[in-house]
Order: sequence, then C-alpha cells, then structure tokens
Amino acid sequence: MIKEFTKGIIKENPIFVIMLGLCPTLGVSTQVINSLGMGAGVIFVLTGSNIFISLLKNFIPENVRIPAYVVVIASFVTIVQMVMQAAAPSLYDSLGVYVPLIVVNCIILGRAEAFANKNTVLASILDALGMGLGFTLSLLLVSLIREVLAAGTITLFPMGGFDGVIEVPGLVNAPVRIIGLASGALLVVGYLKALIDLKQKSPEKAGCHL
Amino acid sequence: MSYVGIIITFVFINNFILTQFLGLCPFIGVSKNVESAVGMGFAVTFVTSLASLVTWMIQHFILVPLGLEFLQTISFILVIAALVQLVEMVIQKISPPLYKALGIYLPLITTNCAVLGIALIAVRSNYDPLESFVAGLAAGLGFLLAIFLMSNIREKLDGEWIPGPFRGVPIAFITAGLMALGFMAFDRALLNNLLG
Repeated sequence: MIKEFTKGIIKENPIFVIMLGLCPTLGVSTQVINSLGMGAGVIFVLTGSNIFISLLKNFIPENVRIPAYVVVIASFVTIVQMVMQAAAPSLYDSLGVYVPLIVVNCIILGRAEAFANKNTVLASILDALGMGLGFTLSLLLVSLIREVLAAGTITLFPMGGFDGVIEVPGLVNAPVRIIGLASGALLVVGYLKALIDLKQKSPEKAGCHL
Repeated sequence: MSYVGIIITFVFINNFILTQFLGLCPFIGVSKNVESAVGMGFAVTFVTSLASLVTWMIQHFILVPLGLEFLQTISFILVIAALVQLVEMVIQKISPPLYKALGIYLPLITTNCAVLGIALIAVRSNYDPLESFVAGLAAGLGFLLAIFLMSNIREKLDGEWIPGPFRGVPIAFITAGLMALGFMAFDRALLNNLLG
C-alpha cells in the first residue's frame, strides 16, 4: 500500500519520468512561491478528483467517462480558484491563467483514467498524494534553479518580521537573466531531464495526449 | 487593438508555445515528423478559432447575464470537449480525406492547454467576437508555425549523433529553448514600429 504513495515521488515522477503537466511547470516556475501555490492547488484537485472518481467508478458508464471525469476535475479547480482568489489574491494574480488551466493538466486526468477508476478509495488517495507531491517537488526544483540563477532570490511567504524574500549573496548583483525568460525555462527542464535520463533510462511513455 | 496587431501578437510576440508554454505536450510529442506535426497544427488552429468564438458567446450570452461567471472553467472545458467531438463528426461526414489527415489528432486536442488557454485569454482581454475569433486563429497559427519549425529541426537531428542522455525529449526541450531565444527578437517594439 505504501508503494502507491512513494511511486509518484521518484520512480513514476509525473514531470520528469512520465512527462505530463509540463505547461504549468514551465509557466509558473519563475518564483518559488508560485510553484508552492501551484503544487498545493494540484495536490488538492488531484486528491479530490481521485476520491470522487474511485467512489463513482461503478456508476459512470464507460462511454461517457472522460466528460464525467472532466466535470469532476473542473469542479475542484473552481473551488481552488475561489479559495485562492479569496485567501491569496496576489498569488492568484501572479499564477494568472495557469490556475483554471489545472483542468487540462494531464496528470489529473491521467491518474483518473490510469488509477482511480480501477482502485479503492484509500489506494487512490495515496496515489494522488504521492503524484501530487512528486509534481510539487519537481516544480520546486525547477523554480529554485530558475529563481536563484535569474534573480538571486528565493521568494517565500512573508511571515512576521520576515518579508518572504531570501537573497543569495553574489547572485543578486550579477544574475543570469536568461534563465528567468521563456527560453531559460525550456533549457533548464531539458538539462534536468537529460541528467535524470543519465541515472535511469526511462522508457518513452506516452502521455494522455501524445 | 487592430486585427493585424492581434495576429502579430499571438503568432510572434506571445507565441503560445515558445513564450507561454501552452500546448507544450503535443509540441514535444507530435513533432517527430513534419507530416503529422502539420496535421496537428492545422487541427489545433481549426479548434482554437472555433473555440474562442464559441466560448465568447457562452461568456457574454449565458454566463454574464445570469451572473454565473464562476462556472467559467467548467462550462468552457465542456463546450470545448463537445465542440471537438462535433468537429470530428462533421469532418468525418463532409470530407473523409481531411478526416483521415486530422482525425487522429482531434480527440487529443480537448486536453490541449492552448485551446482552453486562448478561450480564457480572449475573455480576459475583453475582445469583441470577431477579435476573439482572430485571436484564436492567430494562436493556432503560432502553434502551427512553432511545431512546423520544430519538426523540421527534429527530422534533421535524426541524422546527427547526440550524446545518450540527451536523446529524445531532452534535446527537444533544448531545441525549443533555443527557438524561444530567437522568438525573443519579436517584442512590443516590433508592434509599435509596424503599426505606430
């Protein structure tokens, strides 16, 4: 049972091994706080949709299962949008169009189709948490590399006297700006994927729209 | 903004793939050969143009008058899914050769970020219906341009020696990164110079 949880973190990491959900990974990874917000949103939606779909697996007719899954996922995404807009408006603004786009994040539909519709609720929750955590950790890695190199800072939540920004000495004054731009995102993910392929040769796995 | 301005913006300046990363999965997945890349590009263009027009109507004729804006995400994705299905059936009936060319890509487009992305961006930019349609068309053409260039480069790369760990997806990403670097030449200044 514990394997359902741990497999998503490294062995079947959604971003670097299965290569799903890449749009938000690249789009929001300019600041660490954005990836924390995105990761929290995805974990919530993934867990919610996995629970619902595994509960409803015997009631959803085979032919209309994809639209049914999409409605469940879109409902949870709407909850995330409303909560984020109310609780963290500045984060909601900086994530922009990527928050509603969680609907078409293939990790979520992929897990519904590949796991939740044939497994128990408990296993589906563990699977969702593991996959969500794997997604968040990969996103965090990409955004740490990009923000530290491109701005020389690490932006977190402001707490008490701490304004939420850690400065990396040396890099603040001489940042590598290209890493923060669109092409930097693609280059960072390309090199990271090469590094991971060096360690484990992953078979070319097809995503839900490849 | 003029229609030419919208086209230049979405094809070059805010190219969906190379600056916004929307539709990246099919861009990496279907760019191994030129023929299927172009098929995918046209299928996406077709759906983004229609979807941005239809979602504009949903937003302004149904959601806003009824005060249901919070249902935007759910209704847009359902409308897009239904639209893709409809387009598939219509093409199959009217033009079997076109269906043969685009058919296999159409079902995959429902989950393409670019389609929902342009629908949401067009609504957020307060475009009128024709501007939304043009924005959808331009976003699709931008996708077509990027995937066409990418598939040509990847066909050439097939004949080259690439270090083991870089083969396949990593080199595709690095190539896309270098293409994005090239597209940085297109910025707001270009638009100002062209249209004053």
